[in-house]
Amino acid sequence: MTAARKKIMVVNRKPPHGSIYALESLEIVLIASAFGQDVSVVFLDDGVFQLAKSQNTRGLETKNFSSTYRALEDYEVKTLLVEQESLSVRGLTAADLLLPVEIVSAAELAIRMTQQDMILSS
Amino acid sequence: MLHTVNKSPLERNVFESCLRHADATAVIVLIEDGVYGAMKGTAFSPRLEQALQTVRIYALAPDIEARGIRDKIADGVTLLDYGGFVDLVTQHAPVMAWL
Repeated sequence: MTAARKKIMVVNRKPPHGSIYALESLEIVLIASAFGQDVSVVFLDDGVFQLAKSQNTRGLETKNFSSTYRALEDYEVKTLLVEQESLSVRGLTAADLLLPVEIVSAAELAIRMTQQDMILSS
Repeated sequence: MLHTVNKSPLERNVFESCLRHADATAVIVLIEDGVYGAMKGTAFSPRLEQALQTVRIYALAPDIEARGIRDKIADGVTLLDYGGFVDLVTQHAPVMAWL
């Protein structure tokens, strides 16, 4: 049986190491993509910190999963969206992020959301 | 599309983030602690009044009744029962659950 390919948006709003949300969300992205779904990934509010360069979790003795975001392209996840307003509020720019992304306004993001079959957020 | 918000706007910025991504065709449903965002007379109320100019906002009545704030709900917010909530969800896909 072949399931229909759906447009799935995964929205990240939590920072990376204080809770399990960011890592679990990344797992969802990888699994959904492995099953052939059309996945886009959004980072907004404190979720933009998930893409901060130079993350080093050695002192926490936890997994540094930040390098996995760079592998998303190999998993056919081509759409990575970061909200401009969220970056600005946090004093960040594209240069602070660990990979190239599409930076969009809240208004543009609102439009992209309406085009999805399913939205998962954390 | 339909957005749900389940956190108080006085404690978290979720409702604000939701409003930033809700266009004129969107509907917002306040549930659980999100219903505090439907109150008048709070520090958040001016933002609610502003939002009501452009977007439809609903709140789940059982959650409002449970919290004793029925008399303090802002004009312009439409109250829903569970059946009405289900109807809205079926009419406004996709759903974004702001957590």
